[in-house]
Amino acid sequence: MSQGIGVVGVYVNDQDEALAFYVEKLGFRVQADVGNGAYRWLTVQHPEQPSFELGLFTPGPPVHDEATAQTLRAMVAKGAMPALVLNVTDCRAAYERMRKLGVEFTQEPMERYGSVDAGFRDPSGNGWKMIQARAKAA
Amino acid sequence: MQDPQLLRRLLRAKDRIDAASHEAWPVQRLAAVSGVSEAHFARSFKQAFGMPPHRYLLTRRIERATALLGDTDLSITEIAFATGWESLGTFGRTFRDITGESPSTLRPRLQAAARQLEHMPACVLKAAQRPDLIEAVSEKRRRAANGTKRLSTKETR
Repeated sequence: MSQGIGVVGVYVNDQDEALAFYVEKLGFRVQADVGNGAYRWLTVQHPEQPSFELGLFTPGPPVHDEATAQTLRAMVAKGAMPALVLNVTDCRAAYERMRKLGVEFTQEPMERYGSVDAGFRDPSGNGWKMIQARAKAA
Repeated sequence: MQDPQLLRRLLRAKDRIDAASHEAWPVQRLAAVSGVSEAHFARSFKQAFGMPPHRYLLTRRIERATALLGDTDLSITEIAFATGWESLGTFGRTFRDITGESPSTLRPRLQAAARQLEHMPACVLKAAQRPDLIEAVSEKRRRAANGTKRLSTKETR
């Protein structure tokens, strides 16, 4: 694919903490980790989705002034950022695996009209829905 | 501005209410989830989420009860206990205070709305919600064509 969405970022409270979470607990891979002074461009990638990068960015200078950065950190921490969705083939198995690794689940796997979903948060407060699509009718 | 670390812990308490609004959530339990003193919890929660924790809990319970009234055949008493009230009287009073109607008068309307959707096959339901595009487009086209004609007539004049 040569056109399409390449990077979408989330704000995180701490990049090292976020990196450990997305790599060690969710199984993502580091795609870019580039420092430039105080700025660090950090993106991760789902192993089965090489065309998309999830940016793990911290609010702050030089991009934001301190007051703006503080507001953004607060919004993330109170769960006010938009929900993210992780597609999985087996929601219950993923839940068991991730729970053992200490992922903070906000909702246990629940079946709704044939699809199964669960909810978890990253350490910063970003909310994820983990969804197993309904099996396609034959 | 509240400290992000505090907000993250308050969010944990809010998540717990969301996950189990039928359970009892006294301030001491919520404060323990957040690792905040009981004295500070309610005020901090309200500052973060715009309403005190007990009111947030009530809104989640009423939301759940409303869904059960419309989607299930459980009795109102069963719904009251399933959504966390200790008495039918408290449930009914709170429900009326919040929605302006009693569960029993609201229920037939909720059920009728749910039934209407249920009796409509999914494909028809989708079609019914689809914008009436074909006619609008043809109408649009006709008007555009007329407009063009008139315009070109004017131009040739």
